[in-house]
Amino acid sequence: MFKTLLTKFTLLTCAIIPLSFAYAADEVNVYSYRQANLVKPLFDVFTKQTGIKVNVVFAKNGMAERLAREGEHSPADILLTTDISRLVELQDKQLLQPVKSIVLETHVPAHLQSSDDTWFALTTRVRNIYSAKRLGNISINYEDLSDPKWQGRVCTRSGKHPYTVALVSSMIAEHGEVKTLEWLKGFKANLARKPQGNDRGQVQAIHQNLCDLSLGNSYYFGKILTNPEQKVWADEVNINFPNQGNRGAHINISGVAMAKYAPNRAHALALMEFLISEKAQQLYAETNMEYPVREGVPLSQLVASWGAFKADNLSLVTIAKHHKNAIKLIDQAKFDL
Amino acid sequence: MISRVNYPIWSITSWLIALALMAPVAVMVFSGLTANSDTLTHLWQTVLPHYVVNTLLLALYVVVLVILFGVPTAAIVSLTNLKTRNVLRWALLLPLAMPAYVIAYLYTDLFDYAGPIQRQLRALFSWQSPNDYWFFDLRTLTGAAVMIALVLFPYVYMLVRTAFEHQDPQLIKAGKSLGLSDKQCFLRISLPLARPAIAVSASLVLMETLADFATVQYFAVNTLTTAVYDTWLEYGELSTANAIASLLMIMVLLSVAAEYRARAHQRHQLSASKEPLTMIILTPIQQIIGNIYCWLLVLAGFIFPFVLLLDMTIQYLDSTEFEQLIQAGMNSLKVSIYAATIASILALFLVLYRRLSGVKRSEVPLLLSGYGYAIPGTVLAMALLATFGPLDHWINDLAVWLNLSKPGLVLSGSLFAVIFALITRFSAIANGTITSGITKIPQSLDIAPESLGVGKLHTVLKVHLPLLKSSFIVAWLLVFVEAMKELPAVLVLRPFNFDTLSTQVYQMISDERLEQGAIGALFIVLFGLLPIIVLNKKEKIH
Repeated sequence: MFKTLLTKFTLLTCAIIPLSFAYAADEVNVYSYRQANLVKPLFDVFTKQTGIKVNVVFAKNGMAERLAREGEHSPADILLTTDISRLVELQDKQLLQPVKSIVLETHVPAHLQSSDDTWFALTTRVRNIYSAKRLGNISINYEDLSDPKWQGRVCTRSGKHPYTVALVSSMIAEHGEVKTLEWLKGFKANLARKPQGNDRGQVQAIHQNLCDLSLGNSYYFGKILTNPEQKVWADEVNINFPNQGNRGAHINISGVAMAKYAPNRAHALALMEFLISEKAQQLYAETNMEYPVREGVPLSQLVASWGAFKADNLSLVTIAKHHKNAIKLIDQAKFDL
Repeated sequence: MISRVNYPIWSITSWLIALALMAPVAVMVFSGLTANSDTLTHLWQTVLPHYVVNTLLLALYVVVLVILFGVPTAAIVSLTNLKTRNVLRWALLLPLAMPAYVIAYLYTDLFDYAGPIQRQLRALFSWQSPNDYWFFDLRTLTGAAVMIALVLFPYVYMLVRTAFEHQDPQLIKAGKSLGLSDKQCFLRISLPLARPAIAVSASLVLMETLADFATVQYFAVNTLTTAVYDTWLEYGELSTANAIASLLMIMVLLSVAAEYRARAHQRHQLSASKEPLTMIILTPIQQIIGNIYCWLLVLAGFIFPFVLLLDMTIQYLDSTEFEQLIQAGMNSLKVSIYAATIASILALFLVLYRRLSGVKRSEVPLLLSGYGYAIPGTVLAMALLATFGPLDHWINDLAVWLNLSKPGLVLSGSLFAVIFALITRFSAIANGTITSGITKIPQSLDIAPESLGVGKLHTVLKVHLPLLKSSFIVAWLLVFVEAMKELPAVLVLRPFNFDTLSTQVYQMISDERLEQGAIGALFIVLFGLLPIIVLNKKEKIH
């Protein structure tokens, strides 16, 4: 009796909540840290190929918490993020499930996937140093950013931005905390202005002669060059691959993982395998100017024109491990203040 | 003293509403109790003192600025014979429609080193580098305060203007007959009478300022909100972040409470006298100064940014995806209408409860339900997930036990969460507006019908509700506008494939290409104009 009453009540409650959504079977649900305009074209191709609809929530922050709170009832199948520490955070919080796939295993290089098969890199990006053309061709190391000869001539975005934090982590791995803090303080002292804006803004600042050097991810340069209004900025600026005489340029990744309680596992796997397919990797290379991880996929013509470079082969997991200490040092150096 | 009848259902419901709206706040505070003290110590030794100072300064600057912007304009429009006052009456409300993050973007774009103004100056005087000349830097604490104040001062203007307009003309007459000048009358009678309105509106602005993240982040100004985000996202410690957010909220509550206590013993009775106020006659010079002051604010807070937006929109019209835009617009409307309607009804309920129950504790639900306003949207969103997540799990477990199919995340994974977040965040506005409406109803009306043997419920239906209609509409509209503009909570809590105008605009701004999202921002502003148009129409009818 009680149970039937309760059933009726529950059914009624569900009926009067018109705010929730129901999802059909041929769908896959994505929580994405990556921006809509970057991944939407990929999803469109996937849907065209397979007939599987891709539902997306884009948000920069809070998706890990949302996933954790949702627990076993979470509708999320796939997580798309940038930055290695975010992927490792998801892995550490046990929000992911291992994925056994020969396709992923074969095409994602071993050092760009987790040892427990929970996450896979899709693209890599370099943390470049941009320099003003007026300086001529220079060879530069990240370490040089603290050299007093650049006093008042360096620009960067916030020290707390994941891209900067990852670079600082790699400095800790190379030089230890004490030296890294010194470096951060010197770097801070060289800044032409308080850290602000995004990587594009720094290129603009060089163009405007506000500074000579700035940190920036590789693909931003490509994006600026293909933007008719911003192209003039890049005309004044060179892209440099730092530390070519020693350990190589710092790289970070964008990656994909399957949610622990993914309700549409088969479709989710199909999407993951699609993202490493030649077609998708080519799209990443062409439209987003990133470095595809799959071997044999050509770089965009523009990115290729920057030439081959030596990448720091520091393990991504090590970078993620130093994340918290990097943040602490950045605060200690009062980098953003 | 006539006894006050209590409806227990009314009282219980009021407390339940307050508890529901308080729940996420309480969850946040409790979570804050488990904060990692090492991280807090580290922050305190490094950046936190700086953040605290910045926060206090930002709050101080904004409050001072909104009072400087809002009170004189209110006085000019309501108490003087300024030539353009009939237009200014509503024009001064326009900045309310402009989201702070949009105006911040537009002005930075304009005044930045790389912006058109400095470029022109450099070309004109052949300056080469920033060392050659001085130009103010907008991306500073002061800059952020000015931006925020420019779009929030209409709150002060609106409430204070109403206070001026409803003051008893007899008091001014009495002052005059005692030999006070116009100026003395204003300073010694009108201004003190408007103090509650100034206090209420300034505290709304204060809360909104402390919860702001988008603007201060864009301006690279580090406040306690920055600390909240850093500890959560970079240090990965949500509970420590909650502790800092709780501190922030307590700071707001203390300042609001202090002000409230300071005027607790004052009794203000606003009158709804039909007799018109005697206008202060301005000299020609005063006319000019008054006009310049008011119109500069309208220009800087609305007209100028609006024209910039319009220009961007036209430039990028070809690349606009109208289908997406319309969808986002519909979504914005949907959640904002839900939020505005529910928040206003709840506010009406709580305000009437306080007024009519007559017991001291009846004030508590009203106060409690407004706390969400002082919490940054994303933090509130996290608290909501923590509140509704477990409830969703129970619902699903229950469904399984009943052999029903699992309903999924009906609370935390649906629009319910988005709308609930908006209500929690903006209840304070609805509460404030309806409270200020009810203070205009003389206390005598509460008991008069009762002494004639009319029941209390009947009194409410026949007397209070009709008199509160206009405040209700204003409350609805204000929450509606704020909900249209609100960003962070919607961003995290939304369901799949769900974009609102503000999330679309934000995505563009965070990629520093507002140009392509300008049309979305324009729509937010246009929707924001609705309340102003309605307010203006209503006044004309009166």
